[in-house]
Amino acid sequence: MTPSVLAGLVGAALVGVGLYGLIIHPHPLRKLLAFNLIGSGVFLVFGIIARRGAAAGFAFDPVPQALVITGIVVAFAASAVAVALILRLAAEAGSVTLDPEAWARPKGEDVK
Amino acid sequence: MSLLTYLDIGLALLIVGVAVSIVAAQDLFASVVSYVAYGLLLAFVWIRLYAPDVALTEAAVGGGVTGVLLITAGKRLTALKSVAPEAQPGLAFKLLIGVLATLVAGALGAVIMSLPEPPPSLAPKAAAAAAGAGAGLGNPITAVLISYRSFDTMLEKIVLILAVLGVWSVGSDKAWGHTPAPFRRSKPYAPMVFLAQMLAPIGVLIGIHIFWVGADAPGGAFQGGALLAAMWMVTMMARLVEPPRVDARWLRLALIAGPAVFFMAGLAGELVAGAFFAYPPGFAKPIILIIEAFMLVSITAALPMLVAGPPSERSEQ
Repeated sequence: MTPSVLAGLVGAALVGVGLYGLIIHPHPLRKLLAFNLIGSGVFLVFGIIARRGAAAGFAFDPVPQALVITGIVVAFAASAVAVALILRLAAEAGSVTLDPEAWARPKGEDVK
Repeated sequence: MSLLTYLDIGLALLIVGVAVSIVAAQDLFASVVSYVAYGLLLAFVWIRLYAPDVALTEAAVGGGVTGVLLITAGKRLTALKSVAPEAQPGLAFKLLIGVLATLVAGALGAVIMSLPEPPPSLAPKAAAAAAGAGAGLGNPITAVLISYRSFDTMLEKIVLILAVLGVWSVGSDKAWGHTPAPFRRSKPYAPMVFLAQMLAPIGVLIGIHIFWVGADAPGGAFQGGALLAAMWMVTMMARLVEPPRVDARWLRLALIAGPAVFFMAGLAGELVAGAFFAYPPGFAKPIILIIEAFMLVSITAALPMLVAGPPSERSEQ
């Protein structure tokens, strides 16, 4: 098994782990972490496609690699906006939840 | 099997293990700390995929700057004691989701095991972009970012500005124009100040070096800019400098400098070389270096602003 196939399988595993965390965790920041796991898994799959596309004297295909660099920066920017929204939600509501019914309940009453 | 193969398998197991610990950790803060370690481990995989440029970006942006963002957020959220205990999903639901996630990962793995032969590649076109039009760029990644896929790169800079606008807009109306909340509320303590004083000058030099060698070697505006941004954040954490007001003119100019210069270079290409983003032969390399220099300024300004968060009323006190 070559390193690139191995990295691709790691990418596939990361997508699975991230998907599980994204659905299971109720906390928005945990969802964000899981979502970033999915993202980096996709980047890795892209990375092995870049590695397989070695041609023209390069050990890799530069085009997918450049797109991954762009993608990492954009993923960070999206995470920053998400974090700002989560912190604002926490400051406004006093609790961090995506549960729509939590808004209907009077303040201070916890989920049973 | 050689030693390197064992190392590869060990690294793969380690990364998947850390990823599982991010999802499985009981404590929010433990999960965030695992994520930072995960970003750094991922950089090693990129090295193994012959992608040093991506590895630098992943270590600087994916591990470093994202780590600061998440740790700051985690601390602020943990400080909020009134976080309501969430209803955890039931075991049957967890099992169902586990099966679903395994299926998705398995399908993706099956696709990876059966990728088409021969593999499609845009490498020859990228090589032409690196060598063509008098560019003379030794680093094909930089050639792709600034020449072959220049439009993507410019739009990505605009995404960074939109993200900064989004973060700023989340603040309350009364706080508009003020400075973002400081990274640390407490007084600076001596080791942090010492670290910032020692590290920042060296880090700035390395950041500029990584930007400068980016034309011919792994590096470039993204990686150098992320390092410069990190140094700015270190000095802000040590309270040696305070975050700027969000309505400061110099800050806004720095934010738009990169995409503005990039766009103007594109328009000039239309007039001089006959196509949007075409660089005139012989001048391509200096133009690309100028674009990259202004992009470096914008990235250095944007990343700390994204981490610092929206303007805060309390910062004025």
